[in-house]
Amino acid sequence: MRLINQNTESELSRVRSILDTVTDPEIPALTINEMGILRGIEIKDNTVIVTITPTYSGCPAIDHITDDITKVLAEHDYPSTRVALVLSPAWTTDWMSDEAKEKLRKYGIAPPCKTSLLDDSQEDPNITVIVACPNCCSFNTKLVSHFGSTACKSFWQCADCLEPFDYFKPI
Amino acid sequence: MNTSPAPSKSDLFKYTLRQADNSMVLCQRLCQWAARGPDLEEDISLTNIGLDLIGQARSLYQYSASLCDQQVNEDDLAFMRDSHEWSNLLLVEQPNGDFADTIARQYLYDAWHLLFLEQLTESNDTTLAAIAAKSIKEVKYHNRHSSMWIKRLGDGTEVSHQRMQDAIAAVWPFTAEMFIPDELDQRMLEFGTGVDLKALKHTWDSQVSSLLVDATLSKPVAGEAIVGGRQGQHAEYLGDLLEEMQSLPRSMPNHQW
Ligand SMILES: [Zn+2]
Repeated sequence: MRLINQNTESELSRVRSILDTVTDPEIPALTINEMGILRGIEIKDNTVIVTITPTYSGCPAIDHITDDITKVLAEHDYPSTRVALVLSPAWTTDWMSDEAKEKLRKYGIAPPCKTSLLDDSQEDPNITVIVACPNCCSFNTKLVSHFGSTACKSFWQCADCLEPFDYFKPI
Repeated sequence: MNTSPAPSKSDLFKYTLRQADNSMVLCQRLCQWAARGPDLEEDISLTNIGLDLIGQARSLYQYSASLCDQQVNEDDLAFMRDSHEWSNLLLVEQPNGDFADTIARQYLYDAWHLLFLEQLTESNDTTLAAIAAKSIKEVKYHNRHSSMWIKRLGDGTEVSHQRMQDAIAAVWPFTAEMFIPDELDQRMLEFGTGVDLKALKHTWDSQVSSLLVDATLSKPVAGEAIVGGRQGQHAEYLGDLLEEMQSLPRSMPNHQW
């Protein structure tokens, strides 16, 4: 068995680059790092401890992600992995980088706006947030349903190109 | 005089279990709408709200299980307890009825749930506070969704208005229970762990009143409160719901997918 260097920068960055191949099964365009799901990496007594946080409480992808992490690290000579799940601080879409949001848009999902722009007193997001169509960039869009294909998205339609699309809700 | 700085483990267990039971029962109710929604979008909305709730329930059951004296896990708590051992509010177990009934139940609960969670984020129990901080982001969207429907149906056609009004009136007697603390609530409040239920009443009242006005609906007159859910006194509705929900794990104990 390969002896794993404890918490050295080179070992940690090797683990980090391996984990950059793990994507969110519901949004394969983004890695768990870009999504802000990956919260920390640590090596202790030859075990890699990977800390992740769920996007939504009921996110069914989290077990899948846990398995993927363990599997990909095992394939790269890290036989002992522990995946720790934390709830605090609660995941926010603000953790997605600008590049990640651009990838999301190219994938066909309108990226979330900054949560600071939200006005909780309005139940209609059309009043406070303008969502650009990921297909033609038009702002002439309308909310169809508060919940889209998954709990984390709402369902919209563009009045210009007429395409329906998902909007990743800011939380 | 109580000199203990923190609630007893068994109090914390019971308190956490109550919140878990609320989420679990309402989740099960909403999931009964799967393939029965008025349109595809609503079918998906109601079941997605259910998905958030089951996620919240799991976090709470896992925490409850860690506090329990007996060796139990989250599944034992959800699937192996009988109706009288469930401590959810009566409101959440009310049958789905028609879409207006479901929305009335949902909105009156969402408005309370949001205020409850806001306070719970201040709990000195860090696990409860973390679960609340996570859940609140989701419940804001639940509340948006149900508020929108209250307005749309209330201020809609003559028929939708009447049905929404009837639905609000039908579940109204079950809302009072959300604000009546029992001894456990009182003890948890004194320790700075639990929520001050009485204090939620004023804000809830004013928020609900103003939405009902916007929706051209009238607020029912407060009648006699129907209570008992936290003490395990449930209507037969809950028994039926549990029978359906628990039948598989009970007929095949310890089975894994
Ligand atoms: Zn468009």
